[in-house]
This record gives sequence, structure tokens and C-alpha cells, in this order.
Amino acid sequence: MKFLICLSNVPDTTTKVKFTGGDTAFDKSGVQWIINPWDELALTRALELKEGSDGAIESITIATVGTSEVEPTMRKGLAIGADDAIRIDAEPTDAYFVAAQLAEVAKDFDVVMSGIEASDYNGAAVGGMLAEFLNVPSVSSVSQLNIENGKLSLVREIDGGSEVISAQTPLVAIVQKGITKDPRIPAMRGIMMARKKPLIVVPATEVESLTEFTSYELPTSKTACKMVDAENVKELVDLLKNEAKAI
Amino acid sequence: MNFKYTEEQEMIRQAAKDYADRELIQDVLERDAKAIFPVQHIKNLTELGFMGMMVDPKYDGGGLDSISYALAIEEISKIDASTAVVISVHNSLVCYAMEKYCSEDQKEKYLKILARGEKIGAFLLSEPEAGSDATMQRTTAEDKGEYYLLNGTKNWISGAKYASVYLVMAQTHPEKGHRGVNAFLVDKETQGISLGQHEDKMGMRSSDTYSVMFNDVKVPKEDRIGEDGFGFKFAMQALEAGRIGIAAQATGIAAGAMERSIKYAKERKTFGQPIAQHQAIAFKLSNMAVKIEAARNFVHKAAWLKDNNLPFGVASAMAKQYAADIAMEVTTDAVQVHGGYGYVKEYHVERLMREAKLTQIYEGTSEIQKIIISRYLLK
Repeated sequence: MKFLICLSNVPDTTTKVKFTGGDTAFDKSGVQWIINPWDELALTRALELKEGSDGAIESITIATVGTSEVEPTMRKGLAIGADDAIRIDAEPTDAYFVAAQLAEVAKDFDVVMSGIEASDYNGAAVGGMLAEFLNVPSVSSVSQLNIENGKLSLVREIDGGSEVISAQTPLVAIVQKGITKDPRIPAMRGIMMARKKPLIVVPATEVESLTEFTSYELPTSKTACKMVDAENVKELVDLLKNEAKAI
Repeated sequence: MNFKYTEEQEMIRQAAKDYADRELIQDVLERDAKAIFPVQHIKNLTELGFMGMMVDPKYDGGGLDSISYALAIEEISKIDASTAVVISVHNSLVCYAMEKYCSEDQKEKYLKILARGEKIGAFLLSEPEAGSDATMQRTTAEDKGEYYLLNGTKNWISGAKYASVYLVMAQTHPEKGHRGVNAFLVDKETQGISLGQHEDKMGMRSSDTYSVMFNDVKVPKEDRIGEDGFGFKFAMQALEAGRIGIAAQATGIAAGAMERSIKYAKERKTFGQPIAQHQAIAFKLSNMAVKIEAARNFVHKAAWLKDNNLPFGVASAMAKQYAADIAMEVTTDAVQVHGGYGYVKEYHVERLMREAKLTQIYEGTSEIQKIIISRYLLK
């Protein structure tokens, strides 16, 4: 069984978001880049499965759409334990574009995993689109993934409970938190081996970008809290109605 | 000149930071309060490859450079300097000195297990009456032909209980003074070795410190390091490298205190605004940053010299003296920034201040570093 894990290169979650070009682009200066945390969990789970699979999982490949700037992030994936990497050489523009690019390299894999969303744009669209492009089934919100007798066993979070699914490959598993405990910390040996592992670069295919960013804006900053005496219900109602316009 | 870390160095720094932020922080206060050795953490850090990380892979080490090592020690020390000192003594003092000066047979027998992190190493130089004046070794190593017979007491031994391989300095030819000292590889389980009381320390409480008694301990001839009388020089060379680890540790203690101070100063409000907006606090933070940056540059310069096989003893002395001194200043200021909260354990900075103090004392006091530096200037 061959696994492909889609890794998105995202700004560190503590990044102070700024814009440039008259608020039409995200300002990348000084940003630290990391593996999208959900994708990192997917990779970690795949590695756990491979280690316990008695050879049933042949290989774990990672794939990222991006320019050469994303390679340090990809090498972290290799340092954690992925066997090889594919970089699709293009600046990712939107979910449709990314899914279409990934579909070109994902055809030969039995299981494709991606995080439920990426922590930059939180679009939560690539996994599902990718499955459609590949014309294979997908399971979303996967919080447990196991291999039993050559079949995949997945647990999916649904309203008020969970759903247990048995599935055959090929399959796209779109995973969320809970799939594993913590992302892995790369060991020194893994870090030193990362550069020796194959990282192949493939050209992007022609894909029309369907969206365009016209402008960005930051959320309005929180205003100071107003404390209302517990006894003073009238004032509270008045504030909620006339100032917060919440009721 | 290149001040940019390589991708691997950056990844190693991040790995150390992740482990510290995720794991060490969980029980650091409890281990400090109860003086508990970080047994499980050392096992985990061994699996990640931090024990023996600079040893040549042919001796089962990680083959990493000293800058990566300094970055790792700094990150770990930001959260937990006690765990950092266990790593520092093992790597930059014991493993380094063994790799450089031990025979191939000795490396086969002792270095490999240390480089794999299966066992921990300790360095036994200080004595009740031989601290800064390490030439006054009273522990004796009598030459008995087939073996040496060790007798005496070593003091302030970091890791004495959990370490298995001891590097012991002892006097064989008292008439020759420090030129009569030998260094030995000693298995802790050898008959005649016993531990004194566990030292109840001010800081660095999660690393264990004991005195070690030698009572007619037989050490085979082949376990002496180098030529007869090489022991003192061996110890001094080992300490040159050890200082890089301690200087990185001191830098980390200071950086950890600064990070906590910045966070606190942005949150805590007095006189209607965050205290970071008061110049009295803002300038303290600025002073911290300048000192830490300078200390880090000192440390990395010394590490770079070592990696490039250039003399680094004076650079590491400067790094250690400066980093230790600023660690004390920065942590003292960090407590001040925190006010009353800084004086209670929950906020960590009082612990960092207690830990900083030891960096001015062990592996050569700040005064000894000044002697090393001034002797170099005046020679």
C-alpha cells in the first residue's frame, strides 16, 4: 500500500498577519513557515501505521504545491519520517488549483491523506476536490484511521456521534484532530537524513485559477469589556439591544 | 562570515524547542520543587538523538556540529536548565573529551555506549579542597603495576547517581604537582565507589549532585586516558568544550526569562496601560535583548571555532563568563519586571534566577574565566 500525504506550507500559527500591495497580498516578510498542523497530524498517523504495518505500507510520500521556498518545510516532513517528496512547482493560488495539481501526482497512490483544512486560509476544500479530480471516494472529518486485513477502518465525526467506516483503496482520507496525539518531533538522525531522501520537482499543469483575491482586511480588534452589575438587568438589556445590537 | 543558520541547524533548534515547550514544561516546577532527576525526559531526548549528538557516527554518535548543539542547549535551557546540564555534561564535556583523547579500545568500550545515550557520563574533577584550584588534587591513584588504586573524595558531581561512566582525575605523582595527575575511565559499579549525600541545591535542582567516595577502587591500567601525567591537561581541555555548553545554557536561561518578561509586560497593566508601555520596563526588556544577543554571538563564535578546528579555549571562556554574568542580570531583572508574581514559583522566573547563579560557578567560576582570558592576554 502506498500513501501520499498532502502537505501545505503555512505561516507559523503565531505569525503577526500583515498585508502588502495596498492590502491585496499577504506580506511574507519575516514569516516562519511550518507544515500545516492538520497535515502534520496526517503524516504522523501514516508513519505510525507504517511502523505497525509489517510491511503492508510500502512507502509514504509527501506532496506540496509551491515554489522552492517550500522545500525547508517539506524536508521537515522527510525528517519526521516520510520516504520521499514531490514538489509541484507552482505558486498555489486557490483550492481548485492546488487540488488539480495534486491530482496529477496522486493517481498512483492507494491512500491519499490531507488535513481537513490549512491554518492559513482555512478553506477546507482541497481534500474533497482532490478526490473528485481523482474520481475516488473520500471520507472527511476522519478522527481515527487503521488498517485491518488490508482494508481501511475509519472513524468519522458526525453530528452527535461518530460513524465507523470500512473502506477499500484507493481513498482520500481527510483528517482532523484526534487522528493522532501529537505531531512528531524529528530526531537528529532524521534531520540529517532528510537531505539524502528524494525530493523530486515536477512542473505544474495548466490549470485555470477560478478565484482572485481582491483585498484583505484584519478582523476588527476586540473592544474593551463593559462590566455590568449582576443586579442591573435593565442596563444589560439596554446595552445588548442598543449598543451591541445583539438582541 | 555567515550568520544564517543552516536548514538542519534551524530544524534541530525547533526540535529542541518543541520538546521543551511540549514536554519539559509539564513537570519542570515539580521536579524543581522535589529535586527529581528527569529520567524519562533523558530517555526521550536520547531517542531524539540529543545524547551523543556531536560524536562521530563511526562511534555511533550523531555527527552534528557545535552550533546545532548550542542551539539545542539554549532552547532546552529556556524551559529547563536542569535537563540541559545533564545533556551538556554528557555531550560537550564527557563525550567530547573521550572522542578527542581516548584510545580506540577505550572508545569502543565506553564512548559508543555514551554516544548512543545508553549510559550517561560524569566528570569528576572537583574536590572538597580543590574547586577553582583544581591543581590541588587529593584523590590518589596509586600505581600498582597492573592497576591503579583510587582513594579520595570528589565533590559537586553532576549526574553522579544516574551516570554510569565516570571520568575521574586523581593524583599519581604528588611530587610533580598537577603534572602528576591522571585521568581514568571508571565504571560506576566498580567496587569501592559510594555516593555521599544528595546535595540540596539552590537551583538546577532537577539535576542530581553528589559527592563521590573512592575507597581502594581498582582501575585497570588500560583505563587511564593518555600518557602518564596527562590528567590535568585532559581535564582542562575537556572544560574548554564544556564551557560552550554551559555558556549556551546560560544564554538560554536568560532568553527564557526575557520571553516570559515580554509576555508578562504586554499583559500586566498598571496606571492604565500594559507595563511594557512604561519606559522603565521597556528599557529593561531592551537591555535584556542586547545582552542575550551578545552572549549568543559569543557562544556561536566559540562553537564555530571548535567546528573549524581552531583554538577555542579563550573564546569559550569569554562566552561562558559573559553569558553566565548576563544570565544573572537578566533573570534578576525578569523577576523585577514580574514584581511580586516574579517572586512566586508559578511564574518560573525566580527558578531561572536560581539556575542562572550556578552558571557563574560550575565548570569554572566567572573569576576563573577571567584568569584564563587575562593569562592569554598577558602571555
